[in-house]
Amino acid sequence: MMASPALRIADMSFAWPTQAAPCLDIAAFELARGERVFLYGPSGSGKSTLLALLGGVTLPQHGSIEVLGHELSRLSASARDALRADHVGFLFQQFNLLPWLPAIDNVLLPCAFSARRREQANSAGSPRAEAERLLARLDLDPSLWHQSAARLSVGQQQRVAAARALIGRPEIVIADEPTSALDAERQQAFVDLLLQESAAAGAALVFVSHDHRLAGHFDRSVALDTISRGATGMPEKSA
Amino acid sequence: MSALLSILQLAVRSAWSRRGTLGLMLASIMLSTALLLAIERVRVDTRQSFRQSVAGVDLVVGARTGGTQLMLHAVFHSGSGTLPLRWDSYQAIATHPATDWALPLSLGDSHRNHAVLGTSADYFRHFRHGDRQPLRFREGRPFDKLFEAVLGSEVAEQLGYANGQKIVLSHGLADGGALATGHDDKPFVVVGILAPTGTPVDRTIHVSLESITALHLDWVAGTPMSGFSIPAAMVGKFDLTPKEISAVLVGLKQRTDVFRMQRFVNEFRGEALIAVLPGVALDELWQAIGIMERTLLGISALVVLIGLCGLAATLLAGLNERRRELAILRALGAGPAQIFALLMIEGLLVTTAGAVLGAVLVSLAGAFAAPWLLSAFGIVLNAGLPSGNEFVLLAGVVGTGLLASLIPGWRAWRMSLADGLTPRA
Repeated sequence: MMASPALRIADMSFAWPTQAAPCLDIAAFELARGERVFLYGPSGSGKSTLLALLGGVTLPQHGSIEVLGHELSRLSASARDALRADHVGFLFQQFNLLPWLPAIDNVLLPCAFSARRREQANSAGSPRAEAERLLARLDLDPSLWHQSAARLSVGQQQRVAAARALIGRPEIVIADEPTSALDAERQQAFVDLLLQESAAAGAALVFVSHDHRLAGHFDRSVALDTISRGATGMPEKSA
Repeated sequence: MSALLSILQLAVRSAWSRRGTLGLMLASIMLSTALLLAIERVRVDTRQSFRQSVAGVDLVVGARTGGTQLMLHAVFHSGSGTLPLRWDSYQAIATHPATDWALPLSLGDSHRNHAVLGTSADYFRHFRHGDRQPLRFREGRPFDKLFEAVLGSEVAEQLGYANGQKIVLSHGLADGGALATGHDDKPFVVVGILAPTGTPVDRTIHVSLESITALHLDWVAGTPMSGFSIPAAMVGKFDLTPKEISAVLVGLKQRTDVFRMQRFVNEFRGEALIAVLPGVALDELWQAIGIMERTLLGISALVVLIGLCGLAATLLAGLNERRRELAILRALGAGPAQIFALLMIEGLLVTTAGAVLGAVLVSLAGAFAAPWLLSAFGIVLNAGLPSGNEFVLLAGVVGTGLLASLIPGWRAWRMSLADGLTPRA
C-alpha cells in the first residue's frame, strides 16, 4: 500500500455520452504521496471531467485510474464513494460550503461520511478540537466558527473549505480553482497556506488552475493540455 | 455517530434552512389530515352515539311506516313525525306476556327548539343509554303531577334553567318565535334535571303524557279552538288518558322473544303497526347514508393527496437550487443512495409532522371547539386520541407521503449522478 503512488493514470480516455471524440485522453500521469503538483488547466481543457474521474464519480471508457493503488473501475460505485470519503479532500472554486451550516460543522462534514477520517481527526482529542485547530491554523477568527457559512466572506469561506478538505488527514487533496474568487494579493497567500497545511497533514495536493502565476511554490507544474491528447479545443461539459 | 444518523441530522438542518416553504407544505398536509380525521371521527362517533341512544330497547313500535323514519322520530325526535298509534294498541303491547316494559312516547311540542317528549314516569326507570346505563338525576326528581317538566342536561345548560323555572311550550317541533302558536296559558315548572348521557335525551324536555293531553284539550286539528279555552286549573276534571301516541319503546323479558313480539305487532289486527329492531333499522340508515359518507371520505382523501402532490412539487422545484448542496455532499463521499435518502427523509419528515399535527389539531378541536361545532354546525366531534381506523388513515397519509417523496428522491439520485462533482451553479 505504501508503495503505490497517490494517483496513477494510464492510457485513460473519457468522452461524455453526447461527444464523438474523447475530451480527455491521458497516456500517463502520476502523483507521488505527499507531492504537491500545480496542474495548469485553461477552461475547456477537461478540468471538471478530470475531477469527476479522480473522485470516482464517473469512470473512464478506457484505461485505468488508480487512487492509492485502487483501480477505480474495479470497485463498486459505493466502494468508490467510500474511497473518496476516506482518502480524498475536495476544495472547489466557489459555493463550497453548505450555507445553512455553521463554519465548524462544515469542517466536520467529512467525519460524518468517513469513519477513517473521524478516527484520524480524533488525534487532536476530538474531531471538533481538530476542526478548531485547523480553523485556527488557517487564520479564521474564532468568533466566526459558529457563524453560518452564508454569513462569511468569500475568503473566509475558502479557508473553511480548506480546513474541511484537510480534516482527518486524507492522503490526497484536490483543489479546483480555489483562489479564483479571491483578489490577486490574497491568492498567493491562500496558496501558500494550502501548501503548508497539506505538507503538515502529509497530503498529496493537486492544485488545478488556469493562472500560471500561482505555480511558483509547487513541487512540480504540469499542463493538462500537454498530458491530455483529447483536450485541445474540446468544450467543457455543460450542465 | 453513524453515517445514517448524520444524514438524518443533515436532512433536518437542511429542511430547517428552508423552513418557510416547507412550513407552508406542512400546514397544508396538517389541515388536510385534520379534515380526513375529523370526517372519520364524526362518522364513527355518529354511529356510536346512535347506537348508544337505544341501548336497552328491544323494539320500537309505531304506526306502519318506514323503519328508519320511525327510529329517527321516536329516538332522535327528528323528522316531521309519523302517523300516531291508538292508545288501546299501546295497551295491547304493554300487557303482552313477553313485554317487560313499554314506554309510550308522544311528540309534537317543543320549547325553544328542544323537543318535548310526553311519556310515563317509567321512562326514568327503564330507559338505558350508552353501555346500558340508567338515567340519573343531576338535581330534582321525575315528574309526578301535571305541568311538571324534567330537562335533559344540555337543555338546562343551554337555556340556563334550574329547578323551579317556569317554561312555556309551543306547538310543533320547530320554534316559530313570537309567531308560534303557544301553550302559554299552561306553563310548566321544572322539577328535575338529568345528568348528561351523550344521547338525544340531553336535548329533550320530558313531561307526562297526561300533561300533553291536557295541553291539547282545547285544541282541534293542530290549532286552538276559537272562543273556547280550558284554564289550567280546570284540566284535572277531564279524563287525561291520551287517545293516541307517537311511538312505543318496548323492552322484553327475554331477548329471544323479539321476533315473536315483532310478528305480534306487525300482524296486529286493530290497526297497521310496525315493530323495528333498532339495530336493523340503524343498519338500514347506514346503508342509506353510506354512499355519502364514502364520498366525503373520498373527497378528503383527495385533499390529502393534493397536499402531498404539493409537497412533491415543492421538493422537486427546490432541487435545482440545492444542486450545489447535493454535489458538495457527493464530493464529501455521499453516495447517490444517501442523496436519495436525504430527499426521502425530508419528505417523510414533513409528511409525518403534518400528519401528527393534523391528529393533534383534531384532538384539540374535539377538546376545545366541540361545543361551538355542535351549536354552530350541529357537528358532534368528540375529544380523545386517535384510535383504530384513524391510525390506519394516518399510516395511509404517511405512506402516501413516502411514495410522493420517491419522485424528488429519484430525481436527486439521477441529478447527482449526472452532475459529477461540479454542477454549474
